[in-house]
Amino acid sequence: MTKLIVKQAGPLMSVQDLGRTGFVQMGVSASGPMDEVAMRIANRLVGNPQNHALLEFAVLGGQFEVDAPTSFAVTGGAAAITVDGERVDGWASHVLLPGQVLRIGALTNAVWGYLALSGGIETEPVLGSRSTHLRSGLGGLDGRRLAPGDALPLGTPADDPVGMPQRVLRLPLPRAAGPIRVIDGPQAGHFDEATWQQFLRGPFLVSGSRDRMAQILEGPPIRAAGGHDIVSDGTVMGSIQVPASGRPIVLMAERQTTGGYPKIATIASVDLSRLAQAMTGSLIRFKRVTQDQAEDLWIARRRWLETACACLNGNGDAGMPEGGGS
Amino acid sequence: MADHAPPAYPRLAASGDRAVVIELSDEISEETNRRVVALAEDLDRHPIAGVVETVPTYRSLLVSYDPLILRGRDLRSLLLQRLATMRIDGTRGRRLIVPVLYGGGAGLDLAAMAEMKQMHAADLVALHGAADYRVYMIGFAPGFAYLGGLPEVLHTPRLAVPRQRIEAGSIGIGGRQASINSVAGPSGWRFIGRTPLRLFDPAREDPFLLKAGDHVRFRAIDQSEAEALDAAVAAGTAQADWEDA
Repeated sequence: MTKLIVKQAGPLMSVQDLGRTGFVQMGVSASGPMDEVAMRIANRLVGNPQNHALLEFAVLGGQFEVDAPTSFAVTGGAAAITVDGERVDGWASHVLLPGQVLRIGALTNAVWGYLALSGGIETEPVLGSRSTHLRSGLGGLDGRRLAPGDALPLGTPADDPVGMPQRVLRLPLPRAAGPIRVIDGPQAGHFDEATWQQFLRGPFLVSGSRDRMAQILEGPPIRAAGGHDIVSDGTVMGSIQVPASGRPIVLMAERQTTGGYPKIATIASVDLSRLAQAMTGSLIRFKRVTQDQAEDLWIARRRWLETACACLNGNGDAGMPEGGGS
Repeated sequence: MADHAPPAYPRLAASGDRAVVIELSDEISEETNRRVVALAEDLDRHPIAGVVETVPTYRSLLVSYDPLILRGRDLRSLLLQRLATMRIDGTRGRRLIVPVLYGGGAGLDLAAMAEMKQMHAADLVALHGAADYRVYMIGFAPGFAYLGGLPEVLHTPRLAVPRQRIEAGSIGIGGRQASINSVAGPSGWRFIGRTPLRLFDPAREDPFLLKAGDHVRFRAIDQSEAEALDAAVAAGTAQADWEDA
C-alpha cells in the first residue's frame, strides 16, 4: 500500500472527507472540510471521487514524500508549492515520485488549504467517515492533528498517476464579493429591530479567535432583548450564536451539535467557504436573504461545482485559456 | 420584544438553507420532549426523500435536508402533516440502570455539595439514586446525555471556572440537569461519582448506550464491584442492565 510520509506539518493539519452524517443526534459533530468547494475540487483534480479523504491545513502547509508515484493537487488558496525546489501551480494535478519532496508554503490569500492525493487517504473510518474531529479525538489518524513522522496509507488510484493527463481547474472560482448572505436564525426574534439594524450595518472584524470549531467576530455589540440563554437546541455549520458578551460566534465544521445561546442568523451555504477563507483582520458585512433564496444560491453553486468537476474528467484543458487556475 | 401575540406552537423556523427547526413549545416538559422524540422516530420509520438527519432536543426537532432534492418550504408543510398524523408510541420505553461509585477520586464535588446543602453526603447520594431520569437529548459531545428529573434540592449552579479535564463516566450535576460524561474533556459541572459504563465507545458494535427518550436510574456500588465492572468493560464483556420503564 502506498504511503504518504509527513516530514513537516503546519500547526492544524488533519485528515478530512466530506464529514460524518447520521450521528448528529448522538452528539457527534459532522466535522468535514471548512471549505467544501475547494475540498471537492482537490479530489477531482487527482481523479478521486469528491468524498475521498485528503489533508486540510490552516495557512501553513508542510513537507511530504510518497513511496510510490502519486498524483497530487493543492487547492484552497495561493501558496508557494514546490517539488524538489521546482515551482508548480495550485488548482492543478502534478506527479510526486518516490524520493521527491513536496513543499507547500503559507497560503497568502486564504486560510484553509487542501492537499489531495490520488487514491485518497485510507485511514480507518470511524462511524462511517474518515473526517477528524479533533475535540473528541475521532477519525483521521488517531483523532489528532498530524505531526512530522506520520505515515498515512493511500488507496489505489482510479487512474495511473504518471500516465494520467494533467488536470487543471480552468473555470474561475465563483467567489462573490459583497456582503455575506444570512438567513434569519431560529431565534431571530430574540433580537429587536434596532439590534438587527446594527447587525446588518456591521462591519465585523474576522478575529484571530478561530479554529475548525468556531469563528468569533468583533464588531458592534449584539444584545438579545429576549435573553442570551435559551433551552438548548440543534446547530448547523454557519449558525451565528450570540452569548452575553455580545460578540457573535459563527459555528463551523467542528461545532458542537447543540447549543444554548440564541442564534440570530445562519450563514447561507453558498457563502460558508467565503467566511471560512476570509483573512484574519478583514472586515465583513451581512445581508439578509430568505431560506428560499439561499437554497437557490446553493443549488446554483452545486451545479457550478458539477460542471467544474465534469470539465476535469480527462479533457479539462480543451480550448480554455492558460493561467486561470492559480 | 415587539410582537405582542403569544407565540403559536408548533413554530417552524429556518436553520440556514439546509435545515428546518420545528419547535413544539418554549418550555422543558416531558410531554413536549415525548412528542419531539415521537416525530424523530416517525421520520426514521417513514423517511421523507431529501431529509438527511434529525436532531431531537428538549422542545424542538432540527431536520436537515438536501435542497437539491427537497425544498425547505415543502419540508415545512410535510412536517406539520406528520406532527398531526403521527402516533405516539404507547409503550413506555426502556430504562438503563447505571452503577455508580459515589465519592472517591471522581466525586470531586460531593463533600462541598453536601456542605452547601447542609446534608450528609450519604443522604445526597440516596436522593440522587432514588430519582427516575429521562434522557431529554444527546448533545454537546458524542453520547453525552442530558438528564431531566434531578430532585430540586440537588439543583446546583455550575462552577464559575470550568475544570480542564473530567474523565469519561463521571456523574455530574449542572443547574437542574444531571449527566453522565461520555467522553473526557473540560466541564463546569459538579461531579459526585463515576460509573464504569461507557456511554460512548466507537469500537463497540453499538457505540452509543443511550438515546433521547430513554430512562435512567442510578444504583450505588462499592469499590470492589466498581473494579470488577471496570475489568468487564475493558474486556468488552460488560452487559448493560436494562429494564422496562
